[in-house]
Amino acid sequence: MKFGVVVFPGSNCDHDTYHVLKKVLGAGVFYIWHKETSLRLFDAIILPGGFSYGDYLRVGAVARFSPVMKEIVKYAKEGGPVLGICNGFQILLETGLLPGALIANDGLRFLCQEVYLKVKNSDTVFTNAYEKDRVLKMPIAHYSGNYFADDDILKRLHDEDRIAFQYCNADGDESDQINPNGSKHGIAGIFNENKNVLGMMPHPERAAEKILASEDGLGIFKSLLERN
Amino acid sequence: MWKAKIVVTYKPGILDPEAKTIQHALVNLGYRHIQELEAGRYFDIQFDKTLNKEDAESLTKEICDKILSNPVIQKYRYELKEVD
Repeated sequence: MKFGVVVFPGSNCDHDTYHVLKKVLGAGVFYIWHKETSLRLFDAIILPGGFSYGDYLRVGAVARFSPVMKEIVKYAKEGGPVLGICNGFQILLETGLLPGALIANDGLRFLCQEVYLKVKNSDTVFTNAYEKDRVLKMPIAHYSGNYFADDDILKRLHDEDRIAFQYCNADGDESDQINPNGSKHGIAGIFNENKNVLGMMPHPERAAEKILASEDGLGIFKSLLERN
Repeated sequence: MWKAKIVVTYKPGILDPEAKTIQHALVNLGYRHIQELEAGRYFDIQFDKTLNKEDAESLTKEICDKILSNPVIQKYRYELKEVD
């Protein structure tokens, strides 16, 4: 199993993600520079968090035109698993691999805090190490994490079981007051139609070791590992 | 030569937290007659002299659709001006 972690100018969670895969899980992992044009080697691709291209214009808007993205679209269309975390999620939306957009948090503040998420679908290559409705503790760190999509898209996401994670509290309550950033329906992560692409705002790689106060994020990487 | 003046804003119905915050700040400062406030990004593109008006217009649209705006949440308007 070989993971590829894409590095854009301005990525800053690439090393954390690499560390978790290599040191915590003992998996094979390689960095992929954004100018790379071959992804044949990899069993899963991760777009890490950060501020690619300084987040200029719109979050993820410039990274989308990096040479590697053309290959990632192809890779994803052929069924290859692609995980976008935080800025990686924003890039996947700009690319069109996932529907909707991420806009500024409704409180207009950069949020850096621990949140709880509920696993809404545990029957995917990213989430099968969890049981459905399990509550996970993970940090968020973003200014633009407010998920927006029109009602048709939201309905499809629900109907097709494509909501991966929803913000909740420690007891699993998903009511509106718990939503940290104004996301429609408290959405923290979504899948594409074939569920081989996952985008999420919270950082599983920052919740993957005991010393970091939570290991709840490990399940995502473990799910991918056990796939092969 | 042609110049495009482009403004990108949020579509109606999409809450722009930045515009709302500016609006509230103005109202709090005592400007009570402000009913709506729209915020946006402004781009000024100067084309080279090889482009005629039609070319400049279609290029402006292409750039706006592809890069400068995200059609999921934003709309744009532009104005073409002839400059020396």
